[in-house]
Amino acid sequence: MSTIKADVRRYIEENFLLGAGAVSPSDDDSFLEHQVLDSTGFLELVAHLEETYGFKIGDDEMVPENLDSLNAIEAFVQRKQQGAV
Amino acid sequence: MTALAFLPGPFVHSAFDARCLEVPDKTAVVAADREVSYRELDERVNGVANALHAAGIGPGDRVLLLLDSGVDFVASLHAVWRLGAVVVPLGPQTKAAKLAHVLADTGARALLTQASLAPAWAGLSLAPLVWAQGDTAAQPWPQPATTARFSGGPGNASELATLIYTSGTTGVPKGVMLSHANMLAAWRAVQAYLQLAHDDVIGLALPPSFSYGLYHVLMGLGIGATLVLENTAAFPMRLLQRLAAQRVTVFPGVPTLWASLLALDLSAHDLSALRLITNAAAALPAAHTAQLRERLPHARLLLMYGLTECMRASYLPHEEVDARPDSVGRGIPHQAHWLEDEHGQRLPQGSTGELVVCGAHVSVGYWNAPAGQPGRLTPGPHPGENTLHTGDLFRSDADGWLYCVGRTDDMFKSRGEKVYPLEVEHAICELPGVREAAVIGIPDERLGLAVKAFVRLREGATLSEREIIRHCLARLESWMAPKTVAFVDELPLTESGKLRRRDLA
Repeated sequence: MSTIKADVRRYIEENFLLGAGAVSPSDDDSFLEHQVLDSTGFLELVAHLEETYGFKIGDDEMVPENLDSLNAIEAFVQRKQQGAV
Repeated sequence: MTALAFLPGPFVHSAFDARCLEVPDKTAVVAADREVSYRELDERVNGVANALHAAGIGPGDRVLLLLDSGVDFVASLHAVWRLGAVVVPLGPQTKAAKLAHVLADTGARALLTQASLAPAWAGLSLAPLVWAQGDTAAQPWPQPATTARFSGGPGNASELATLIYTSGTTGVPKGVMLSHANMLAAWRAVQAYLQLAHDDVIGLALPPSFSYGLYHVLMGLGIGATLVLENTAAFPMRLLQRLAAQRVTVFPGVPTLWASLLALDLSAHDLSALRLITNAAAALPAAHTAQLRERLPHARLLLMYGLTECMRASYLPHEEVDARPDSVGRGIPHQAHWLEDEHGQRLPQGSTGELVVCGAHVSVGYWNAPAGQPGRLTPGPHPGENTLHTGDLFRSDADGWLYCVGRTDDMFKSRGEKVYPLEVEHAICELPGVREAAVIGIPDERLGLAVKAFVRLREGATLSEREIIRHCLARLESWMAPKTVAFVDELPLTESGKLRRRDLA
């Protein structure tokens, strides 16, 4: 598994999911639909990504296509990293 | 049909049923880029109602709805009402423990839900009949049907239409009983000043499982308008794009939603169709009110105040917003209201006291409330009317304008949602390492008030802040989970040993 996905999965499990009984989302599951994150949770996730990967996320980048699943986040972070090089 | 002449009834779904016949080809609901006409929605309502009826569900039976905002929710709502059964709408954030409590408390015979929420419902021990949208072991979602294979429905308007579960002082969620007559009375009073019209496009980013969103669903569909159901509140830029693209004319919001939208450049989006915006659930900070007036000058802004028990109790007319932005208004039409002191004495205007409202829109009571405990809801002086002690303290001026000053109990609002500290404290105390816990709200720019927990651990126990927060997230709706946790050696107590929350900070 990619390190980006592994990192984000760990972050979500540690901060939002209870160990026992909680089902970790699959790579394509929408966090919203599966009630993993609410609007405050997304803001916390964005802050985590900014801190971990050292880039700023603009208002117009805060859309479900970039943030609403592990796969979406991986692709988004990779695009941001390539753009920064 | 003018907006003012519109009187819905005799039942809460009657106006929608009439629109299905009148304007079948009009778009009723837009959800996730899918448009559903009144005819299609009617057929989906029939499908759900037929399936429930075939399973023996009829007048008076309680049916739980655990669904995202969307076409299935809207169809289920009207299906249950058409059968004369009682809707129990639950937010999709509802966790397994609360769902089990509501199921046991209501004795509900059916649950309408969806696959993505299976973690909340799949393990229910008191198994009701379950229909689920998506791939699950439950009965598949009913197919739309052109004809209704049932007759009957509610007998009279005093019958129960809806039970809305809300947190209470005792720390256990309780069901607010709303009859058809209650809901119609609230609808008429609100429509008198909201003046929704058939050509409105109502953008609903609020959960329709709560009073504020729920009434927009029934009022919008009752008048033949188009509802745009949005699950995009977490992505404010996307929400603005959708409001512009759908030419939304009416948009109800809550303070946190307004705050996230005001953080963006509104002028980059064409919001020229917006004619009416409203705020409820919690007071809008005066600075945000001023910004909304300045940045959306063409939209009427109404500041409103209400509770699940009566839906709405007051609104501030648009003409008054600039002059007295911190007032919630002077009540609503067809309602009596006054302020009372702690001994139950009515106070003259210009006093400060608890707001009491009385009218046909006030709930008939709490479901399963123990007999002999008067509580907040009592019968009013006239048949069909009830009286509600709101628990909210207001100051009134000489002209009767009301200004909120606080609460008579410990309840506070975070993100516009009710938090009763006792409910959170009970959840935290379930952790074996916790000896006692106390919860308060602390000022927070984004949330209004943020939940903070003070926890005293048992000897030798080790628990982290994150572990306590995660436990609460698994147990409670997310707005009730603490944002921060402080570990303390003791909690401030009164001489009689009761917790003194105001000494926490």
